[in-house]
Amino acid sequence: MSGGDADRAPAPAPVAEGAAGAARAGGGWRARLGGLARIHPIYIVLIALLVAIAWMSPVFAEPAGMMNFLRRAAPLMILAAGQVFVIVAGGFDLAVGSLVTLVVLGSALMIDGDPTMTGITLAVMVGVGVAVGLVNGAIVAYLKVPSIIATLGMLISLKGVALSLSGGSPQGYLPENFRFFGRHTFTDIPLIGILPVAVIVLVVFGALAIWLMHGTRFGKQVLALGDNPRAAELAGVNVPVVRIGAFLISALSAVVAGVLLGGFAGVSTDVGDGYELQAIAAAVIGGAQLLGGRGSVPTAIAGALTLSALFTLLNLLGFPKPLRDAVQGLILIAAVAYTMAQRHRRG
Amino acid sequence: MTATVGSAAGAGRRLPRIPVPAALILGGVLAWAVTMVAAGQPGQISVDGFVSILQRATALGFVAIGQTFAILVGSIDLSVANLVSVAAVMASFIMQGDPAMIVPAVVAVLAIGAAVGLANGLIVTQLGVNPLIATLGTGLILQGVLSTSFQNFAGAVPEAFQVFAYGQIGPFPIGVLTMLGMAAVAGLTLKYTVFGARIYAVGGNRDGARLAGIKTTRVVIQAHMLCSLGAAMTGLYLASRLRSGAPWVGRDGVYDLESIAVVVIGGTILAGGRGGVAGTIAGVIVFAFIDAIFNTIGIDAYLKQVLRGAIIIAAVAAYAYRMKGHVA
Repeated sequence: MSGGDADRAPAPAPVAEGAAGAARAGGGWRARLGGLARIHPIYIVLIALLVAIAWMSPVFAEPAGMMNFLRRAAPLMILAAGQVFVIVAGGFDLAVGSLVTLVVLGSALMIDGDPTMTGITLAVMVGVGVAVGLVNGAIVAYLKVPSIIATLGMLISLKGVALSLSGGSPQGYLPENFRFFGRHTFTDIPLIGILPVAVIVLVVFGALAIWLMHGTRFGKQVLALGDNPRAAELAGVNVPVVRIGAFLISALSAVVAGVLLGGFAGVSTDVGDGYELQAIAAAVIGGAQLLGGRGSVPTAIAGALTLSALFTLLNLLGFPKPLRDAVQGLILIAAVAYTMAQRHRRG
Repeated sequence: MTATVGSAAGAGRRLPRIPVPAALILGGVLAWAVTMVAAGQPGQISVDGFVSILQRATALGFVAIGQTFAILVGSIDLSVANLVSVAAVMASFIMQGDPAMIVPAVVAVLAIGAAVGLANGLIVTQLGVNPLIATLGTGLILQGVLSTSFQNFAGAVPEAFQVFAYGQIGPFPIGVLTMLGMAAVAGLTLKYTVFGARIYAVGGNRDGARLAGIKTTRVVIQAHMLCSLGAAMTGLYLASRLRSGAPWVGRDGVYDLESIAVVVIGGTILAGGRGGVAGTIAGVIVFAFIDAIFNTIGIDAYLKQVLRGAIIIAAVAAYAYRMKGHVA
């Protein structure tokens, strides 16, 4: 994970506070701890979890085990990378889980096992994603419906569309060339042994998202908009366009995640259920501030990986699935409470 | 904000005599009557027909009354659907078909509701966690623990308790009367008591309320407890109607989203401080009318779901689109 660059961005703030002077006396240890403090706590939690998993299941520590874990976590990491744009802009995108389901069910219906249909189906699904993102964004930006209601409404509607298309049960069949993205693994790669295509997709999407958020003017505008929309507007940001852009990226992340999930999980009517909450949880655990203005793509992706690692660990420990949900709830509250306490201490 | 919050206020200027709740119900009745006549079932337009629609609205009504308090105070509760399941399962599990256990079960379920509300309120006020995330988290915890302990219908409700859902006083079902009674009490409390005034004050301007000497954290916690008690009532009602509770009844009813939707449709603004229970009840009844209309014209279940999502968005947009400020 190339988290270094993005983490350096928020760093100047504490330095500036330190320059206030009062902290001079303790400056020595502070400077020495500076390097440590710059590492976001999510990475430490993540490494601790990975070590625990490797200790419980040594297979996991081998490159192949690691790659398979990354492949399973890839859809959530991609969704988190998309979701963080909407969260940083001040909103929520709850429609992504249903969109994942729609992409999987819709693709299976359209292709129905015919490999020559794969290209056009992928194009149509990207089109569906663009449409959903535009509609979500426009409802929020122009009709002024709070995104939590707008995207919840979209969640219900999209699920209805998906089930209505397929008649309530999974239908159709995804050919091998569609499942390539989620299922195929290159073998005999030097150093890492195997390389799943899903991991390549993850790296490409993640890099694009990091670049968009932390390397372009658009990313700065998303941050400004989430921090203070009125101020952003006065500074010349085209608020509706930037907001719609954020929803567009989130919707496209759902299309990519849907294609991957269709590849390795197959066709089912509940394939996307719950992903919207997990994506939000991942972004929040990764330090994104709800209601906007703060957040980074690398830490959101790390948050998703942490959540996946946690689920894997709970699974290894023999926790039943519903209890894992409960733990997720606990972690969600704890993560936000922790960041609130941190902010309180800093003033 | 202040100049534009109320498209409700704007509508009020043009139609000075008709408040939003009455307009909503009138519109619902009209659409329903037209549909029934068009579908060749004018016989449905009767007191009995209307009562059966109210009955459809009862389960959502209890939880929506509670949600009104949470939203009025500037918070929100996404854990209600899961709490409804917990309440329904605990009610029938404790009763086990034994009439002697009705009172202990009801007391226990209401106590669970109050405790969950207290927890939500404390997490929101003391830990400073955004209410959406806080209640999402408690909802996940509730559902996780419940689904781990129960996989199916658990226990049974004795005949005596089924009166809550099936009994009637005259033409009116007891459940409907209870729900409307609770709505009346809630509405009067909001309008005429100091507590009600504090709810609006805290929701309208939390810092201002604190400076005016109101213990804002306490009011927020109380609102959350009332919200959870509403969800517990819905759980009791569902246990009575289904004769047993299952760990999915709340989620199947989408009570989290639907309760928020009807509160907002009823004119209570999501930011808090403005609105009331009358609007919420009108919203609940409108939803029941829409359901009845969809059933009469025989819309397929999935398409119904699509339309329902669209209606929720459209209803909120009808209030919100004239706002000048930014919304995320």
